[in-house]
Amino acid sequence: MAAAGTGYRRERALALRNSSSALYNNLTVLCPPARPPRAFGAVHGTTLSLLGPEGPPRQLPARGGGSALSTPLLTQAAWCELPARVLLVLTSQRGVQMYEADGSTLVFWHALDVPEHPAAHSVFARGISAAGERFICVGTSSGAVLVFDIPPKGTNVTLSEVLEQHRDPVTDIAAEQGQAPEAAGDLVTADDSGTLCLWSTGEEFTLLGRIPGSGCTCSSVTLWNGIVAAGYGNGQIRLWEAGTGQLRAQVSAHARWIYALDLAPLTGKLLSGAEDSFVHVWKLSRDPDTDDVEIRHCHAECVTDTQVCGARFCDPAGDTFAVTGYDLSEILCYGPA
Amino acid sequence: MSARTLPLLFLNLGGEMLYILDQRLRAQSIPGEKARKDEWTDVDRKRVMNDIISTMFNRKFMEELFKPQELYSKKALRTVYDRLAHASIMRLNQASMDKLYDLMTMAFKYQVLLCPRPRDILLVTFNHLDAIKDFIYESPAILNQVDETFRQLIETYSCLPDGEFQLIRQTLLIFFQDMHIRVSIFLKDKVQNSNGRFVLPISGPVPWGTEVPGLIRIFNHKGVEVKRTEFTTAGNYVTPQREGSFELYGDRVLKLGTNMYSVSRPVETHVAGSSKNLASRAKENTVPNPLAKEELNFLARLLGGLDIQKPAGGETGFRLNLFTTDEEEEHAAQTRPEDLSYKVINIEATQEPGRRAELSRILGELEVAEPRPGSAEKGEDLLALMDGL
Repeated sequence: MAAAGTGYRRERALALRNSSSALYNNLTVLCPPARPPRAFGAVHGTTLSLLGPEGPPRQLPARGGGSALSTPLLTQAAWCELPARVLLVLTSQRGVQMYEADGSTLVFWHALDVPEHPAAHSVFARGISAAGERFICVGTSSGAVLVFDIPPKGTNVTLSEVLEQHRDPVTDIAAEQGQAPEAAGDLVTADDSGTLCLWSTGEEFTLLGRIPGSGCTCSSVTLWNGIVAAGYGNGQIRLWEAGTGQLRAQVSAHARWIYALDLAPLTGKLLSGAEDSFVHVWKLSRDPDTDDVEIRHCHAECVTDTQVCGARFCDPAGDTFAVTGYDLSEILCYGPA
Repeated sequence: MSARTLPLLFLNLGGEMLYILDQRLRAQSIPGEKARKDEWTDVDRKRVMNDIISTMFNRKFMEELFKPQELYSKKALRTVYDRLAHASIMRLNQASMDKLYDLMTMAFKYQVLLCPRPRDILLVTFNHLDAIKDFIYESPAILNQVDETFRQLIETYSCLPDGEFQLIRQTLLIFFQDMHIRVSIFLKDKVQNSNGRFVLPISGPVPWGTEVPGLIRIFNHKGVEVKRTEFTTAGNYVTPQREGSFELYGDRVLKLGTNMYSVSRPVETHVAGSSKNLASRAKENTVPNPLAKEELNFLARLLGGLDIQKPAGGETGFRLNLFTTDEEEEHAAQTRPEDLSYKVINIEATQEPGRRAELSRILGELEVAEPRPGSAEKGEDLLALMDGL
């Protein structure tokens, strides 16, 4: 077995029927607990391209276009894994679509309030995460975060709460993937101004803390063992202490806007992808004596002539990952070197 | 997605169109005293540029353009440029118009893709406008119109946050998705690969506000920096010198959006017909277009504001060829791949009340209560109807 296991190499490319659009976090991967096969999804304009372990590639369209309205654009898609079930969630300019994990059945549709004539402020849903064992949270362009209560089976999904702490369009939402320390919260929401909100989930969500943004968009966020890892439009990755809101690390990681972050919970590996064509793998850890957060660079991958828009680990240890890029009709898969 | 995208799309594509037309007109122009009746002169060139620019920056047209609205299809937008290109004595055949539109769209796609920051799309727009002002500096009235639009751009876009600019950029990139037409000048300059994809450099200045990658800073729980480490990658970046100006006048610093054509660098395109990605390319022409009616409304509103001058009696249009010879143009028309045809809508949406009434009547007739089952090609039928006008 490779010593430090920090090297990766390109393994294969999976053909998509359509190219991927330039949208934040534009790759979702379903990793069953057993070994592969896995399923992948990437958004192309008004449809979601799905690649399953078997059968031909499929497409799910955005919903909600009436005869007078144009076909709405999708903004994001993500598999949400809850203890009782897995749902595939799509967000668009019109609302939120939830399907069974294989995309076969529509379970729930939530329509956003879309004005009759387009206003200067765009309306869309964006930012998807499973939260607190039985909720799915979805962000919106108004800054509101919708909390949906998901029954263990069936279609009786209800809107349980609307969280209104963000004043700018929500970009990403992430749930705690490890063990949250005391009072650190188990959900983080991010927006266009770079503001991060920390929440504790439950019957009623409680706001535990707010890290004000400085105007630089936070496009992608992860939460692990009380550490928030956030990717920004100026190419920086910042690590924040979820409990105190203290900045613990700042990395000049990319030369362009970061589009995707992902975290491997078993090892604390962090994956970042940006418009600069680079994908980086980092290792997060905590010094047990000083309690300082550590981040070290493990691996760099240059996807030639491609602006990366999606990057996900394909296993919980972070030994494999997949990448999508704007105008690229493939999903690039990387494995241990 | 962003309802503020259209003005930027329109003005930048228009700017590229003017660069190309100017270059072709210069290449084909003959000194005044030697010109035959059917050949271009310098005076003709200036007149064409003046006519098109004053039509483009028409106040009523700009008012419509700046209203918040979603982007329409490439088909609908192409119709507007068709009308614009014919706003003077100049005439273009279908093949030349196709080539013109290919060049315009690939050039702006390149500029959007390579913009260091999403906000820099505004600088690209200002570069185009600066050059347009140069074309018509001798006409104070038109210059005024352009300055008005400049001011409106500054007013509308200057205060937008970066996140909103990125949304605009993402909307533009969706519009340009899957376009990989090879442009000779790009291939020669090595900014485009032979497969039609643009070269994205991993060296040079980082965007204003971004740091050169490499530094990791660690802070303790009190916020005091306790450690610095570095990492290296294949990229070779440097700090930028200064930021471009977003004022009415100023050094934009960014070169994207400036005129890359000159008389010695002719404009060529290769229209990539078959490629292994054919299946994955969005086939816009075969997908049913439920938007057709709304697009027609948009066009009627937009084009209704255009004050197109018909050539006076006795004056025939001068034909401009975007290819080197007539035979080449003919050949291009015959060999253009089906999936790249723009299927232009021919609407006579002019100021004439009679014509406008007719358009309204036609639009009224298109009011279908219920979509008929199996009428997947309804959108296509409507467009074919309009073609027959």
